[in-house]
Amino acid sequence: MKKLGRNIFAYLNERFLLQNLFDLSQKKKVPEHPCSFWYYFGGICLFLTGIQIMTGILLLLYYTPSIDGAHESIQFIMSQVKFGWLIRSVHSWTANILIGVIFVHMFSTYCLKAYRRPRELTWITGFLLLVIFLAFGFSGYLLPWNELSYFATRVGTDIAGSLPLIGKWLKTLILGGSSVSQATLSRFFWFHIAILPVAAVAVIGTHVLLVQILGMSKPIGINEAKVKEISFFPDFLYKDALGWTLILVLIGVLCVFLPWEVGKKADPFTATPLGIKPEWYFTFMFTTLKLLPSHIIVIEGEKLAILAFMIGGLFWMFVPYLDRRAAQEKRSPVFTLIGAAVFLYIVVMTILTYTVRGL
Amino acid sequence: MNRRTFINGFLGGSLLATIATFLYPVIRYILPPKQAEAIQKKVTAAKVGDLAPNSAKIFKFGSSPAILINTQDGKLLAFSAVCTHLTCTVTYQGDTGTMFCPCHNGRFDLAGNVISGPPPAPLESYQVEVAGEDIFVSKKA
Repeated sequence: MKKLGRNIFAYLNERFLLQNLFDLSQKKKVPEHPCSFWYYFGGICLFLTGIQIMTGILLLLYYTPSIDGAHESIQFIMSQVKFGWLIRSVHSWTANILIGVIFVHMFSTYCLKAYRRPRELTWITGFLLLVIFLAFGFSGYLLPWNELSYFATRVGTDIAGSLPLIGKWLKTLILGGSSVSQATLSRFFWFHIAILPVAAVAVIGTHVLLVQILGMSKPIGINEAKVKEISFFPDFLYKDALGWTLILVLIGVLCVFLPWEVGKKADPFTATPLGIKPEWYFTFMFTTLKLLPSHIIVIEGEKLAILAFMIGGLFWMFVPYLDRRAAQEKRSPVFTLIGAAVFLYIVVMTILTYTVRGL
Repeated sequence: MNRRTFINGFLGGSLLATIATFLYPVIRYILPPKQAEAIQKKVTAAKVGDLAPNSAKIFKFGSSPAILINTQDGKLLAFSAVCTHLTCTVTYQGDTGTMFCPCHNGRFDLAGNVISGPPPAPLESYQVEVAGEDIFVSKKA
């Protein structure tokens, strides 16, 4: 058996030069210091993306992207197909956990100022991945065609529609018409299974390539003497795999005890249900829109909030070029405070949404 | 301009034109074709006796939802049910005698005016008439 294995390896090695890859992986080192725990969240994101691709492909086998059949097909998956409840619950739970882990990865990277020169593009591609995965969440949310997702889509697309200059055009493009309809479901399905996966693979590829070329960033001012280096293969990968196993167990437990619900089928001609909320990762924006008055001076409150979020997003994306002190390997407490304020704002608004009655 | 610059510019321009030639039909394909919306001027919203006093019903008016309210004192009122904030569908709350949008807590009085919350404009009100057993709703002239 061992001989057969050796022969297969020799055959493949002759054609794919595998030994070179192994040699390279042996040479690759990862710094180890008190903050290196945060490195593992990037690998977890990649692992969860793999789960999403696999479960997404399986769901395609039974899902019907039509307003008359979408909800029924999800019910069929959940109740009739063997382990359908598990595959769909894994997909839905993982989607939510993935976005949570992306946020953790992003804020930890921000606090460590890992975006500083020469890793600006690693940060920007990471930000683009956040946007892509939020779009995955938004488009996937409508696919079961239930009441909550229907109204969340109406609100979300209307926000896009209120953007200056391109708003109306963009809303029509997203909806495939003037309102949420079959055309919208078809488009969201197309985005979710074709456009976004292609974009995600391209950007993830660039992001990971940049990490490979530039290596892991070390925190500013760290005592180089205290930084050890461990080999990527197998030491770092084993630790990574431990994190993946833990998160897989968590997903399994959640799916068994809290299988993802199907919800009530959407009816465009019914009142919006009370207590409606979008997915948790959009609630900080949702609650902000709720708290603002209809007009602030002469501008509509909603438009002002959208403008503020857009400016905030641009600031966040281009922070590597704005934080000049970090670029010179100096501590930048102002940017740390801004990051902490953004983090607190998101956390507080999200908690308020779920704890304050009427929000 | 020397010959090399001209050839480079010409080839580069040709490449851009070729890309544009391929992209244009794709972009036009992605943009949905304009479809004329069915304009409905008058619909049967309910039958007389369908609505108890201090209750309401959502009905289809063209391609949008509308709301028919039978007020506490038996007056019939109709409005567009599409909230002017972010297009959620409003509901009637009998205890306060107001229309409420659960998405962002917008509240409207029975004239369609905004009482509280973020909606920037009032709800469009419709004309209601009763003919025989039917309650008709139409756009105001």
